[in-house]
Amino acid sequence: MNLISKKFDCIIVGGGPAGSTFADIASQNGLSVLVLEKDREIGVPVRCGEAVSDKGLRIFHSVEKEWINSIITRIRLVAPNETAIEFDLNESGYILDRKIFDLALAKKAEDNGAIIKTEAYVNGLIFDEDKVVGVTGEYQGESFSLTAKIIVGADGVESRVGRWAGLSTHVKLKDMESAIQKTVTGIDVENHIFEFYLSRNWAPGGYLWVFPKGKRSANIGLAISGLYAKEGKSAYKYLQEFLNRKYPNVSTQTIIAGGVPVAKTVKNMVTEGLMLVGDAAHTVNPMTGGGIISGMRSGLLAAETAVSVIKSGQNPTKKYLQKYEKEWHKIGGKNHEKFYRIKESIFRFEDKDLNRIADGIADIPENKRSLFKLFSIAVAKKPSLLLDVARLFAGL
Amino acid sequence: MIIIKQNKCDYCGCCVGVCPVNCIELKEAAIEIKYDICIDCDLCVFVCPIDVLMTEHESDFQKV
Repeated sequence: MNLISKKFDCIIVGGGPAGSTFADIASQNGLSVLVLEKDREIGVPVRCGEAVSDKGLRIFHSVEKEWINSIITRIRLVAPNETAIEFDLNESGYILDRKIFDLALAKKAEDNGAIIKTEAYVNGLIFDEDKVVGVTGEYQGESFSLTAKIIVGADGVESRVGRWAGLSTHVKLKDMESAIQKTVTGIDVENHIFEFYLSRNWAPGGYLWVFPKGKRSANIGLAISGLYAKEGKSAYKYLQEFLNRKYPNVSTQTIIAGGVPVAKTVKNMVTEGLMLVGDAAHTVNPMTGGGIISGMRSGLLAAETAVSVIKSGQNPTKKYLQKYEKEWHKIGGKNHEKFYRIKESIFRFEDKDLNRIADGIADIPENKRSLFKLFSIAVAKKPSLLLDVARLFAGL
Repeated sequence: MIIIKQNKCDYCGCCVGVCPVNCIELKEAAIEIKYDICIDCDLCVFVCPIDVLMTEHESDFQKV
């Protein structure tokens, strides 16, 4: 590649929200940054339910209208026995148009001086003794090798950058959600409601979602735990069953598959000369499966560390880069572990437990319902949850 | 041996994420298995959302 003569401070492998956020912050602070994205376009294909909270998004950016497909103000949980519980969200949420959103994030980084190359496939790392000093790959049919002070793995659930550097990023079967989603049209759904179906029949070890996208369109998807997938029925078959029963007449616009790592954050997020961000570092909230905001947060924190290390002339050794790891654990990491434990408990609920919880909540007047209340009732059915939830709320 | 139905694959990377020996490679529109490293643990088969990966046995069964 003709960039070969240029020296970069940071090379980022992967142009999703975590990689672009890193690139944005690092270039804003004067670092020279190159993003290598393997696909032809940033933001394509979308592998996401596209739901995000207003509050989360505003940590990073003022919200632009064209990013948003629909604004969500209510939530509806459907129990296995079809009891539906509705309540208002304390803060609004959005269904994003990830294609436009991801491109906008990359554009922001580019405006700050980052260079972004698509169709740039990274196939290995360059080492100097045990230190990562560069990447090798293919771009427009030619091989390249590029060096930089820091390499950032933002290469998603299928991350290999970390593994090449000896970091353990592989996801245990029980912590991998096997997910599928159809964007459908010709559907009558209420436009401002997030709808979740919880049942072992619909989505064992996960949940099923119906997210309205406006104009009689919706993202309908589900994720099942790898443990249940082992029983031989794929996510695709579960989704077909749901659609046949609930929405037999909708048209399918797109279908996407994906893996969601609902795991603890990787033990080592950095090593000599290398940092991992986003799904590659397992930053997805293990309880909700939401990874956009937490991925962006990891990108931001990693970039702040990279900036301070490079600007102060320190060598990007594991020891100095670990500042990012510490910041991650300080800001969200502890809650992440608690969310993980709650996920472990909730996904073990039998359908009869979920029915009882739903029936308990249905008795509470709507204006008194909240996620907290839901948890309280869940806790009553499963006391071991109490400790985790108490710790979680105390820690917030 | 794991069989890949390439034309059905959505290249989502789920299989790569669970592979304990790092033997699956995802390019833009192809997945490749390094069979000399693969230990036939079948985790990728379990986790594939759209049944693109199959064990040899399943594949034979489908042919029949």
